[in-house]
Amino acid sequence: MSRALRLKEILGKMVGAAVLFICVFIPIQAHAQLEIDIVHGAPQPVPVAIPDFLSAHPETDQIAKDMAAVIAANLERSGLFDVLDQSLYIEQQTDTDYQPRFSDWRLINAKALLSGKIVREGEGRLRVEFRLWDIYAKQQLDGKRLATTPDNWRRIAHKISDYIYQRLTGEDGYFDSRIVFISESGPKTNRRKRLSIMDADGANARNLLANSDLVLTPRFSPVFEDKGVRKKVQLITYLSWETGRPQVFLQEIETGNRELLGNFSGMTISPRFSPDGRKLIFSMIKRGNSDIYVFDRASRSTTRLTTNQAIDVSPSFSPDGRNIVFNSDRGGSPQLYIMGANGSNVKRLSFGEGRYTAPVWSPRGDLIAFTKSHNGQFHIGVMAAETGKGERLLTSSYLDEGPTWSPNGRVLLFSRETRGQNGRSSIWSVDLTGRNLRKLPTPGAASDPAWSPILP
Amino acid sequence: MNFKFILLSVFAITLSACVTAPEPVPVKQQVVAPMPAPVPEPEPEMPPPPVAEIPIEEVVPRGPEPGTSEHFKYVSGDDRVYFDYNEHVLSPHAREVLRSQANWLTRYSGAIIVVGGNADERGTREYNLALGARRADAVKAFLVSQGVEPGRITTVSYGKERPIDGRANEEAWAINRNAHSAVLVGGIS
Repeated sequence: MSRALRLKEILGKMVGAAVLFICVFIPIQAHAQLEIDIVHGAPQPVPVAIPDFLSAHPETDQIAKDMAAVIAANLERSGLFDVLDQSLYIEQQTDTDYQPRFSDWRLINAKALLSGKIVREGEGRLRVEFRLWDIYAKQQLDGKRLATTPDNWRRIAHKISDYIYQRLTGEDGYFDSRIVFISESGPKTNRRKRLSIMDADGANARNLLANSDLVLTPRFSPVFEDKGVRKKVQLITYLSWETGRPQVFLQEIETGNRELLGNFSGMTISPRFSPDGRKLIFSMIKRGNSDIYVFDRASRSTTRLTTNQAIDVSPSFSPDGRNIVFNSDRGGSPQLYIMGANGSNVKRLSFGEGRYTAPVWSPRGDLIAFTKSHNGQFHIGVMAAETGKGERLLTSSYLDEGPTWSPNGRVLLFSRETRGQNGRSSIWSVDLTGRNLRKLPTPGAASDPAWSPILP
Repeated sequence: MNFKFILLSVFAITLSACVTAPEPVPVKQQVVAPMPAPVPEPEPEMPPPPVAEIPIEEVVPRGPEPGTSEHFKYVSGDDRVYFDYNEHVLSPHAREVLRSQANWLTRYSGAIIVVGGNADERGTREYNLALGARRADAVKAFLVSQGVEPGRITTVSYGKERPIDGRANEEAWAINRNAHSAVLVGGIS
C-alpha cells in the first residue's frame, strides 16, 4: 500500500474517533516485526532499552552517556515508548557489531534495543553508529553511521530518535527540529516579550533579538533557503513594535539579517509563510479594519484577498498552497472560514458553540487546529479541514491558545496562561489524540510557540 | 492680611512690655568734653516670645501644567475610554470623555496624540490585535468628527499585551478593554 493511501485511510479512521494506542505486530514473511500503530493508539507505551553508547576514547565518554539520555528523553516524551531503566539491563554489550543476546533483553521485557557507539575520527570529528534491534523478531530494524563535530552531538541524538520513531511507527519523527517562541519576563501589567529559539526538547534556548521588548507570533518558513555554497538558512517572520506600531519582520536565524516586510502605512499582523516559502500571508489594518493580504517575496507585490468590513485575521495556507483558513467575525462572532488562495469561494468552516480563533492547517492537510473559547474556558481543538466536521477538543484551561503543529502533524504545541495577577505563560504539548499533555521545559515563562520543519 | 496685622501688634505689645527702662549712667566730671551720647545698656536676655499657632488656608490647587498630557487627562476626565466585551462601539460616557478630549485638542492645536487600542485577555492574541485596532480607530474617527485634524492622531493596537489590571475578573477585564489617548507632543494654547 502506498504511503499516500495509508495516510488517507488513517485520516478516515481518525476523525471523531476515540483513538487508542495499541502495539501491533505485522507479520512480514516468517517474522513478526515490531511496529507501533500511533494512529489507532496504544494505551501501553512500548518498552525499549537504550544502554549508554560505547565509547572508544575518553574524550567521547560523556557524549556516549548523554546521547543515550537525550534519545531516551525524546522517546519518553512522545508518550509512545517506555525506556527501561538501565539498572535492569543484563547484557552489557562490548561490541555493537555483534547481535545482542535477545534472550537477555526478552527477560526484562524490552521489545526493542538501541545499541550505539561513538568513534573519534581525529581532531574535531565524531562518527556515531547505531543499530536498532527487534528483540522478539531477532532482527535488526535499522542501522546507520552519522558523522559530525563533537559540539553537534545533540543533533545526532535527535536524528537517531527520528530514525527510531520512523522505523517503529511508520511515520516521520519530529525530534530534529526547533521551536521559536516568546520568552516572557516581568509582571503581568509590565511584561517584556522577547524573541527566542530552542531545540524541540528545550535545549539550547537563546534570544534571537536584543533590545526589543514586545515581539509576538514568530513563525517558521517551511523551507530552508540556500545561502552560498552548502549553506542553508532558515527564515522566520514575527511581529515587533519597535517602530511604534505592530509590523511584520523577516529574519534569518543563522545570520540575524532582518528586514521589515514591505512598506505599508498601516499595522501589519498575523504573518505566515506559504508552503513554498515564497509568499507571506498576513493581515493589514487600514482605518481600523483588518483584511488579509498576500506578499510575494520575489516581486515584492502585495495582493489584497479580503475586502470585508469585519475582522479578517490569522490566515494559514493549506500545505498544497491552494486554500487558506482564516479567522473572521463577519458573521457576528469570531469563526473559522476557508477560501481559495486568490480569495475566492469563502465559506464558513466552524459552526459549533463558542468563539473560534487562531486556525492552523496541519502539515498533512487533513486537519485544522484552532483555539476555541466557550463558557469561560479555552480549548485547543482540531476539525476536518475540508468540512469542519469531527471537531475534537484536546485541552481545556483558563487560557489555552495558539496551536502549532509538529512537522509530522501528530503533536501540537500551544500557550497556556494561568489565571490572575501572578498568571504565567508556558508552552505545552499534546498529542492529536488528546493524550500525553506535557509542559515543555523553558528557561522562564514562554508563549507563542511555532514548530520548525525537520532540520536539513 | 488681618492675621498679619494682629500677629504684628501682639508681638509689639509683648516686646514693649518686656523692655525694662535703662538705669541712669553716673556722669563723670569733665570740663570741656561734650557729653557723650548716652549708651544704652544691652537689653537683658529674654525668653523668645510665645508663638501662637494660627491655621492657614489650604493652597488652592492650580492643576497640571496646561498643555501637558497630565493636563489633557485632568481636563478631559480620563485619557481612556472603555468598551464592552468584543465591542468597539463608543458608549455615551465614552463620547462625553472624547468630546472633552476633542475640546482640549482644539485648544492646544499643536498637540499630537497616539490612540492605543487594548483588549482583555479573554480572547486570542491575533484577534485581539485586530479588535484593539478597531477600538483605536473608533476613538480617532470620533475625535475627527469633533473637528480634530486626522493628521494629529495616530493609532496603534496593543491587543491584550498592555493590561492595566492584572486580576482575572469582570471588573479587571472591563478596565483592560479600552482605548488610551496618549499625548505624544504637548500643546501651547
